[in-house]
Amino acid sequence: MFEDDAIPVEKIDRNIFLTTVDWIYNWGRQYSMWPAMFGLACCAIEMIGASTARYDIARFGMEFYRASPRHADLMIVAGTVTHKMAPQVKRIWDQMPEPKYCLAMGSCAISGGIFKSYAVLQGVDEIVPVDVYVPGCPPRPEALFDGIRKIHQMVRAQSIKTVRWYGKEKKEA
Amino acid sequence: MTNEEILSRLKDAFPDVAFQVQTEETKDFTLIVPAGRLVEVATHLRDHLDFDYLSNVTSVDYPDRFEVVYHLFSMKRGGGVLTLKVHLPDKEHPEVDSVTPIWPGANYQEREVYDLMGISFRNHPDLRRIMLWDGFPGHPLRKDFENRLYTYKELEPTRPKPPNW
Repeated sequence: MFEDDAIPVEKIDRNIFLTTVDWIYNWGRQYSMWPAMFGLACCAIEMIGASTARYDIARFGMEFYRASPRHADLMIVAGTVTHKMAPQVKRIWDQMPEPKYCLAMGSCAISGGIFKSYAVLQGVDEIVPVDVYVPGCPPRPEALFDGIRKIHQMVRAQSIKTVRWYGKEKKEA
Repeated sequence: MTNEEILSRLKDAFPDVAFQVQTEETKDFTLIVPAGRLVEVATHLRDHLDFDYLSNVTSVDYPDRFEVVYHLFSMKRGGGVLTLKVHLPDKEHPEVDSVTPIWPGANYQEREVYDLMGISFRNHPDLRRIMLWDGFPGHPLRKDFENRLYTYKELEPTRPKPPNW
């Protein structure tokens, strides 16, 4: 045993802090939440604007828009979901591993918006479970950040003991 | 080449075809061609009257007929638009000859007309729906199409099976 391996007792009082597993787990998830990289309509332009230097989504640790849904934690449905696109959106959601969250951005993703039409899905919550709705047409990047902070609050409120993706049977998240 | 020249040369080439000139409702020179003679007339227009560019194919739903509209230009000669129209009185099964063999650019536009208006094109090389998927109920640009809101589940049986990614 080397001398360096000894615990430096005199440094303990300045270098150890206590926390909970939940806190550190949620802190890590909250600040590395990667959105899936896809956009469906004009809301996607605002989403892109949110990731540029002016609004800087990287402040929340979210600057990686993952092109593969298997890397993504958050699906931002930015834009009109047409019936032709809906199976693909559902497929992206199904490919994302748990834990995953969904944010419906803009009127169209929430309710179909102005498109009361045969071609448009009247709200993406018909096919995927939506956690946060961000209204607007399109929402400003600030509004998107507000929605993202709401998702962060959801993440903070979860406990590793009860989240559904670690239990064998389905539990309440 | 003036519009009168175009008309007289067409009449010389097709003495048995009854061309109608539509004057009202439009400022452009508009010829109404019998549906059965469309391909002959269009071929003649391309080969002998230099209408080498088909700009647009579209369709209209009138109470008594469907109408397919073609907008022709001449890149070689310049000048304005020549509008061809074809009347299709059969509201049940409207069908007209495809001009894709004459102007290949008509391919997608005829598919669009087929998709949204339900007009079939004979001799089209690849007549499939282009915007909606095969199996979608109805043709949305028709006047009798009911614009109702579908749920995802309602349309699910009509959708083709997705490929295995």
